Amino acid sequence: MLTTHALVLAIMLFCLGLVGLLSRRNILYMLLSLEIMLNAASLAFIAGGSRWGQADGEIMFLFILTLAAAEVSVALGIVLQLSYRFQTLDADAFNEMKG
Amino acid sequence: MEVLFYIAAAVTLVATVRVITHVHAVHALLYLVVALIALALIFYLLGAQFAAALEIIIYGGAIMVLFIFVVMLLGPLAVEQEKSWLTPGTWVGPSVLALVLLGEVGYLIAAGDHLPIDFMETREKGLSIALYGPYVIGVELASMLLLPGLIGAYHLGRRVSKESR
Repeated sequence: MLTTHALVLAIMLFCLGLVGLLSRRNILYMLLSLEIMLNAASLAFIAGGSRWGQADGEIMFLFILTLAAAEVSVALGIVLQLSYRFQTLDADAFNEMKG
Repeated sequence: MEVLFYIAAAVTLVATVRVITHVHAVHALLYLVVALIALALIFYLLGAQFAAALEIIIYGGAIMVLFIFVVMLLGPLAVEQEKSWLTPGTWVGPSVLALVLLGEVGYLIAAGDHLPIDFMETREKGLSIALYGPYVIGVELASMLLLPGLIGAYHLGRRVSKESR
């Protein structure tokens, strides 16, 4: 079945994004990994909608797209602020709150 | 038609692995654009044509342009860095992957009008009716999400330009 393999592909993409998020320390790559994980989630929704022949999967894809657009615009503003204030993009350098 | 799916899936996985293992941000963004276009082809093969078009226009177009703007804003480009970007080694990989996708699309066009999955009646009408019927609260929530996103991005972006003056 095509949709089953699409779900397997979504799982693999999500794991790749998770590995990238956990292994990279550059905050820009962490954002890219977040995008990959969001894409994997939307692929899972599209596969589900295609399996049952319903439009709900595409509607959830539209919502994920909206979420990704809002998230990217705000997060890239934060990246600009961080690179201006700290002169680096290393996520481990942003430890002023001793987190 | 399943072969097309597997080729596009392989292209997506290869491009995604290159994204998370690459050192240069612009190269990673190139590979991510290729991965998004391959994913759009997979959406098309799964019967979601509208989602495929949105994936290319919004993800591959708008969001990636935002990323590239920020990468360009983060540091001034040195001349030798740009020279190294123009060597063939940097763009051969994404070009080959994109050519594979172009071949698949060419095959789809040449194969004619028949579509890959049998329940291929257009779902766009049902999508619109469902979006403004049972899911209208989601549309309202999306608008409530986008307005704070707009204000937050404006605020965060404006402070940089004021303080650097």
